[in-house]
Amino acid sequence: MLKVISANRAIAESVRLSKPKVVPVYPITPQTSISEYLAQFVADGDLSAEYIKVESEHSAMSAAIGASATGIRVFTATASQGLALMHEMLFSAAGLRNPIVMGNANRALSAPLSIWNDQQDSISERDTGWLQFYAENAQEALDFVLQAYKISENEKVLLPSMVCVDGFILTHTVEPVDVPSQEEVDEFLPEYKPKHSYLDPEDPMSLGTFTDPNYYMEARYAMEVAMQASKDVIRSVNKDFAEKFGREYGFIENYMCDDAEIILVAMGSICGTVKDAIDTLREQGQKIGLLKIIAFRPFPKDEIYETVKNAHRIAVLDKNISFGIGGVLFNEIKAKMDVDIRGFILGLGGRDVSPEDIKKIVDITKTSTESDKINWIGLKEEEI
Amino acid sequence: MSNKPKVSGFMNYLRKERIPTIFCAGCGNGTVINTFFNAMEMAELSLDNISMVSGIGCSSRIPGYIKCDSLHTTHGRPIAFATGVKLGNPDMDVVVFTGDGDAAAIGGNHLIHAARRNLDLTVICVNNSIYGMTGGQISPTSPKGSFASTTPYGALEAPFDLAKLVSGAGATYVSRWTTVHPLPLSNAIKKGLQNKGFSFIEVISQCPTYFGRKNRMRSAVEMMKYMKTHSVVKKKAKKMSEEELEGKIILGDFVNRNWPEFSEMLCEQVNEKSEKGLIDAIKSAYKTDL
Repeated sequence: MLKVISANRAIAESVRLSKPKVVPVYPITPQTSISEYLAQFVADGDLSAEYIKVESEHSAMSAAIGASATGIRVFTATASQGLALMHEMLFSAAGLRNPIVMGNANRALSAPLSIWNDQQDSISERDTGWLQFYAENAQEALDFVLQAYKISENEKVLLPSMVCVDGFILTHTVEPVDVPSQEEVDEFLPEYKPKHSYLDPEDPMSLGTFTDPNYYMEARYAMEVAMQASKDVIRSVNKDFAEKFGREYGFIENYMCDDAEIILVAMGSICGTVKDAIDTLREQGQKIGLLKIIAFRPFPKDEIYETVKNAHRIAVLDKNISFGIGGVLFNEIKAKMDVDIRGFILGLGGRDVSPEDIKKIVDITKTSTESDKINWIGLKEEEI
Repeated sequence: MSNKPKVSGFMNYLRKERIPTIFCAGCGNGTVINTFFNAMEMAELSLDNISMVSGIGCSSRIPGYIKCDSLHTTHGRPIAFATGVKLGNPDMDVVVFTGDGDAAAIGGNHLIHAARRNLDLTVICVNNSIYGMTGGQISPTSPKGSFASTTPYGALEAPFDLAKLVSGAGATYVSRWTTVHPLPLSNAIKKGLQNKGFSFIEVISQCPTYFGRKNRMRSAVEMMKYMKTHSVVKKKAKKMSEEELEGKIILGDFVNRNWPEFSEMLCEQVNEKSEKGLIDAIKSAYKTDL
């Protein structure tokens, strides 16, 4: 059924349809309304779950891990500082192989304090062992949560997933979203039945125990194997999803890349702006394309390379910065493939990105001679 | 008589360019700022020597409006940051503005540990029983059964009694008042500022926008009347039964004792053990003319 809702509402609807049994949450802008919708769903009997109002995000993730360890489906959501506070537990969740799904409303990190959007928060958690999916719009936010459970709970994966939505741009704006029926979702995503490690008094086991140097590395290796294996699982879940709901997703989205001379690479809501700018540029005869990254972890290097290999040059748009080296997505692509590439930092702390900025990026990409230069877009020169 | 409107001398303490504040109409934070300035003058302290530290939440926005050094930190951590400020420069008067969510939920651990150390901080906790900044979620001081966006059918958990908690943890001055008691509140903040040790002033405050609206008290005035009629000073409370005290806000000084203060003990210990006179060197770093 088509509803006009925000990405936060779309995530909450998706969670309602996914039927988690425990939902521990702590309020943080711009995630809070996800928690509020879920509280209302639970209170109204629309979601049969135990809703825990914990005292911090650290506790939210800890409780999520504990609940997941008993073999049930779990959901939590956070943003920014909350995600950073969860940092320690994110490693635990992945290491304990808990298939938790979390919504993250992308927001800048302090200091200085900002409640507005960039993607520094989730990008900074890239090494925790979580799968990460970035939504361009509210529909994708809903769809990715459903898919994330199916991917994470697959016995070949058993790693947690994060579905990222740009703060305010997606979390607080409404758009038409197709909310599937419970019957459809039940068929796509049956109840979670764990086959492996979970706490069951009938079959006791210890989780997360102290490991000496004889064992630790194998546990980490198993996580890497699972992360690599998740690629096939994602492909198969994407296929199932398309058959069931008629919406096709991949690791990436190819928007007019096939004949493109310059390909922009970006993640999240900015892709809408980029597509709009590309449409205008195409009308002017410029062969520009967009490669939208949906799955940032596992990193889809083959899919990226196949799409960009014939382009003259690619430009990567990062709403994050790893100080001293530049945008993370830029550097990862640069490290993984031999392409002529330029990196751009933009949209930090909610700085607006306009179609004009995108055109400027295209112009710089055409003429730039320095591949290593960190190009900042939208800086106020007078403030520097 | 002059027709000129009377301008409070306290206006000089405010960063006028940042006014109006972000606070909602009827918010208790204005009263807290006012009583703080009153207390500061009574204690004969100056903003020149005061550092304010705050976390995240409506009350944590207070220092941003005041003309003094301030450190706006992360959610729940102002007391931990303030511990560093105080030990970095023990001569400074360090004041923490925090709220119930900031101090009692996410930052609860820092609160009890700073009290345990009896570090010389003055913590002013504006307790409005709800997360106001994020739009009205239940907090650890929300009364049982109260409504919030995350408790559509009422809170199940028992709330913290913050004054008792901090007293038990080892604070040396603990007092609780409400925003309808500005004079005793000013006096309590003054005593907190003067106390050499961990001082905790709990201000029961109104959030008409979220707590009031969700709990059938639709205006700030209604909430303030409620606080007035439901408050009992400690002396009187002692003579009342538990049933009579049900739902009452107990006011007054809970603790006022003279225990050794942490930064002093630490400096003394370093001075005693170190042959290099470390503490004076640290303190002098702040005293050079810039």
